[in-house]
Order: sequence, then C-alpha cells, then structure tokens
Amino acid sequence: METIKIQGTEDTPKVILDKEKEVMEISGRSLPEDVASFYDPILTWLDEYASAPNKKTVFNFKLVYFNTASSKLLLDILMKLEEIHEAGNDVLIRWHYPEDDEDMEEAGEEYADIVDVPFEQVPYSN
Amino acid sequence: MDNKKDVKGFLEFVYEFYKSMKAHEITLVYEGEITHQITKAFTSLTESNMAKDDEPGTVQRKVFHVMVECLQNISKHADDFTSSDFLFSGRGIFLVSKGENEYSVTTGNAVDNDRIEELTKMLESINRMDKEELKDLYKKQMKEGRLSEKGGAGLGFIDIKRKTGRDLEYHFLPISDDTSFFLLTSTIGREE
Repeated sequence: METIKIQGTEDTPKVILDKEKEVMEISGRSLPEDVASFYDPILTWLDEYASAPNKKTVFNFKLVYFNTASSKLLLDILMKLEEIHEAGNDVLIRWHYPEDDEDMEEAGEEYADIVDVPFEQVPYSN
Repeated sequence: MDNKKDVKGFLEFVYEFYKSMKAHEITLVYEGEITHQITKAFTSLTESNMAKDDEPGTVQRKVFHVMVECLQNISKHADDFTSSDFLFSGRGIFLVSKGENEYSVTTGNAVDNDRIEELTKMLESINRMDKEELKDLYKKQMKEGRLSEKGGAGLGFIDIKRKTGRDLEYHFLPISDDTSFFLLTSTIGREE
C-alpha cells in the first residue's frame, strides 16, 4: 500500500501514513486554506487501509493547534478508525498534548466521548 | 497651493488617526480583502509580539484561536454579501487591541439585512449557553454538521465563546436599506 508523507508547514500538519512500518501520525498545526482537499487523501488512504488493516493499528495525534474546520475532519478520521475497530481489529488512538494545554487535553477527551475506540491521552512537556 | 493644503490636511488626519489608535490601544488594524495569506501573516505577527511580551502560553493560544476563527469567518462569509457596493463587498475590517487586562479581536463586514435575524439568533443562543451546553453543541455540530462549500463547519462562534469564556459582543449598523455593517468583538483575558 502506498505511503503518505506530508511535510508540516505553518498552517498544515505533518502527516505520515505508512502501513508497512506501522506508523500513523498527524502532528503540528492545522488551519489549511481548504480543509476538505487537505484531508481528502488521508481519508481515502484510511478507506483503503480499512479493507486490509494491520493486526494492530496505533494512530498518533500530536497537534499543537487546529481550527474548527479541521476539528470536523479530525472527527472523520477518528470515525474511520472506529469502523476498523468495530470490524474486530485492534485499534489504539494516542492523543498527545502539551501538558500545560488544557484546551488540547479537553479536545482529546471530547473525541474520546464521541467515538468508541480505545483512546489514550498522552501529555508531554514542551 | 491647494494641493499642499490637502496634503497637510491628510497628514494631520494621519496623526489624529495614530493618536486615536493609541488611545484605544489598537495594535493591529486592517481594512480590505481577508485572504488566507493575510490570516497567516496577522496570526504570526501577533504571535511573535505576544512571545516578545512574555504573554502566558494559555493567553497566546487563546488569542491565536480567536484570531483565526474571526479571520476565517470573514474570508468565508464576506463575499456572501450580494450588494455591488464597492465600498463593502467582499471586504472587512480587522482590529486587535491590547489593554492592561485583556486582548480584543474585532471584525466588521457588510451583511445583507435578511441575515441579521439568523445571526442574532445564533449569537444570542450561544451567549446564553453555559460551558457544558456549549461543549454538547460543539460535539453535536461536529458530528452532524456538514462542511460548507467554502470549508466552514459552523463551529467558529461556539469555539470563540468556549475559548474566551465571555459573551460575543456584536452590533449591526445600517449601511443602506438592504445592508448593514456587522461588528463582532471578542475579548481574551490576560490573567491565566
């Protein structure tokens, strides 16, 4: 399966989706000019991945900022992961947040409430 | 001769304008089309100013959030405006002011009068909600809402109220029979 590697910029996150190496992460800042077209390839990749997922899927979110439009697309990603989990696969979401950022911590808690997937909150120091 | 007098008058106006900006503690003012490039430039400028002033991380993050949502509101909605009035179409005003106790982010753009009722209803209902209600509404809207053609998720106002913990202050001023100027100001406390 094709690997997605997108370098982060000041307004778009770094993305790595590598099935073979079992690395999946979105990190940095997300306020793209066009959220839908930025996240589209990621959602398409997950659809394909869902048809033959790895034994265990660990998806890391390590965002420092995302705008409200991105928050909707992040939920779409989480819902795809929820589907993979519902199909009987092992899935873990790791939500990394700066330890002094309550809003980012709360955002993780809210996502964990909405989707039914094992969800781990991971504070880190800046 | 006349020209010289005009120039002098204009320069005097600039000085008055400068003084008035200082009096209102305005640190950034912009009038014109709000694009994504402008959004990036203003947020990074304000961010570096706040870092230089050793503003606490929480305050910096909140100001950043509010600025992005306000700017994207205008860039996504200002051109919904149908009037061909060149003064107002597709443009807006954007101000940041920094007082002793708070930052304010203010936007202004023209709207068709038939949108006033809907905007007022939305802003009033958000202002009435407490923390938990806002959280539930945000979650609901994220799940059920759809991205608009321009990429808006209908979450901006809710997010601003949640991040600032203060009411959204707004005002409509008449421009003509069909249009009004919509002003919105959000304040972020500087105390953590």
